[in-house]
Amino acid sequence: MARPASSMRSQITALGNWVDKRLPVSSFWRDHLSEYYAPKNFNFWYFFGSLALLVLVNQIITGIFLTMQYKPSAAEAFASVEFIMRDVPMGWLIRYMHSTGASAFFIVIYLHMFRALLYGSYRTPRELIWIFGMLIYVVLMAEAFMGYVLPWGQMSYWGAQVIISLFGAIPDLGFISGESLVEWIRGDYSVSDATLNRFFALHVIALPLALLLLVMLHLTALHQVGSNNPDGVEIKEHKDPDGKPIDGIPFHPYYTVKDIFGVGMFMLLFAFIIFYAPDGGGLLLEHDNFVPADPLVTPEHIKPVWYFTPFFAILKAIPDKLGGVAVMGLAIVVLFLLPWLDRSPVKSIRYKGWISKISLVVFSISFVRLGMLGIGEGTPAELRESQVWTALYFLFFITMPFFSRMEKTKPVPERVTSSH
Amino acid sequence: MAMLLGSILGMTSFTVSAAGGEGVQLFPVDINVFDTAALQQGARTFTDYCLGCHSASYMRFKRLAGDLGYTEEEVERYLLPAGQELTNTMTSSMSPELATKVFGTDAPDLSLVARARGEQWLYSYFLSFYKDEERALGWNNTVFPNASMPHVIWELQGVQTLAQHAETQADEHADGGHGGHFNPADQFELIETGLQDAEEYQRTVQDLVTFLVYLSEPSQLQRHQLGIWVILFLALFTVLAWFLKAEYWQDIH
Repeated sequence: MARPASSMRSQITALGNWVDKRLPVSSFWRDHLSEYYAPKNFNFWYFFGSLALLVLVNQIITGIFLTMQYKPSAAEAFASVEFIMRDVPMGWLIRYMHSTGASAFFIVIYLHMFRALLYGSYRTPRELIWIFGMLIYVVLMAEAFMGYVLPWGQMSYWGAQVIISLFGAIPDLGFISGESLVEWIRGDYSVSDATLNRFFALHVIALPLALLLLVMLHLTALHQVGSNNPDGVEIKEHKDPDGKPIDGIPFHPYYTVKDIFGVGMFMLLFAFIIFYAPDGGGLLLEHDNFVPADPLVTPEHIKPVWYFTPFFAILKAIPDKLGGVAVMGLAIVVLFLLPWLDRSPVKSIRYKGWISKISLVVFSISFVRLGMLGIGEGTPAELRESQVWTALYFLFFITMPFFSRMEKTKPVPERVTSSH
Repeated sequence: MAMLLGSILGMTSFTVSAAGGEGVQLFPVDINVFDTAALQQGARTFTDYCLGCHSASYMRFKRLAGDLGYTEEEVERYLLPAGQELTNTMTSSMSPELATKVFGTDAPDLSLVARARGEQWLYSYFLSFYKDEERALGWNNTVFPNASMPHVIWELQGVQTLAQHAETQADEHADGGHGGHFNPADQFELIETGLQDAEEYQRTVQDLVTFLVYLSEPSQLQRHQLGIWVILFLALFTVLAWFLKAEYWQDIH
């Protein structure tokens, strides 16, 4: 006999209360979704945070299934990937979702970071959000690099050889030397089965754990201070009598439904690449990586995958070995300092002066152009151009403390200016 | 290692003995991997001429049945070498040791050759063999200079030599040229006709390359077909998501 609906409902409520007394489910839901107030004027640039989370989930789930068939040994790795591509039902789809996902991750993260640059999302009180975000970016680079080694193709092998050898540029400091460090990372005298095995361990468990922890910290810090917005004004400064920000709307349902639309748009593009251009013309899956790793044959043209090429171009632009590695490292480190380099009285580019606008445009072009030059073969002309863009890349950070403070800014409105 | 790093930083470009150098002129070609007739013809050429020395060890004979529009019986009749089972992978009967003895090098596995080299490279390679007495087996190739592989399908194409004027013309083209289009076919002169005329031979090579492209990623047939449905579904999903968003947001100003 069917129970009356009301009785059923009350039983579910009772169960909910039972759980809630023991686990803060509903307060978590309130704090982070239904009563987390986000500014109502988020625009296009605000899709990329939730999309980064989506891609992370995609990588973890497809990664789990790949791990079921992949063999982390120098003798079997390449063949096991081809086994996945040919003999595992839908294996090709899982693999392409993972390999395309890696590139998508960087596209989304780069756009997400650009949003922070546009609207000053790294400024007080959001410095820690930016620091955690940068740490996510650095761990993601390590994660992507080690993942790229796993198929054990020629570019996996030689890319690993070159990137690991960068640590060899460190001079002998007595307690540590570059050469000993390189050997320690590889676990052998050259990139070998031992290297592949440890990279597998780091790629499938150590770094993903670190990523998840950092994402949690990134979001916790964000929800502590609240989201910035395109106007760079604090919505918490104007609250209604109930204590809710007047220009804020609950994240759920407003931004959850909006982000579902963003997810749809993203997945359309993502699916198009997966189904119709999974190797991205050699950019996403490189031609040389369809040749099994061979320690005796060096590929004609070793280069990292596209998302590392801006830094690779900076490395090549500096004629000195140690200097190149140091400047490349500095190009990443300097990003961490952004909250303290920007001394403008306003946060958003909307109210900054023309020097800030031009600087951001030049900086963005330098990053993209360096990425293109890093893919190239390193002709003298490309090298000279890389030097110019490297200089402009750093000029952005070096001059920021000065121009950001001195330039004439526009008056910032009290409240956010527009919705949608 | 320090040397390797040094040369990258110094931008000395790496040279390899194997790969074809840069600036090689390739023949234009359109490959349609959905052309079943081309796939079937290419598969026959492959099993007749290539499988003797090369393997495609990631590929199973059985899969050819569905993908190439053949039944399993037809695959057995047309494509399966004697002594092989349908469930086997396409392995050559030639041992690597013997290959090294005969050609000076092991014949590479061809499962992924199209993804590594590209369809245009492969097409051009088969059109660019020429007679060269200085090579051990009497053949050389402009796309892959000093290749160890002899011109296995020379009976079909016939014998061509390097034309006298070809080298200077290619150089001029590489330097920026004197206008006009360089036709890679101009490099050669046919000195002995084969079983096929030029057009038939190009068709044979095109079919073979079509098969090699398929061979490098058999799932691409499935991929292209499934993709349309996934994209249509996502398009519908996205439109509905937009209306849902608009519905919720109508009160927000």
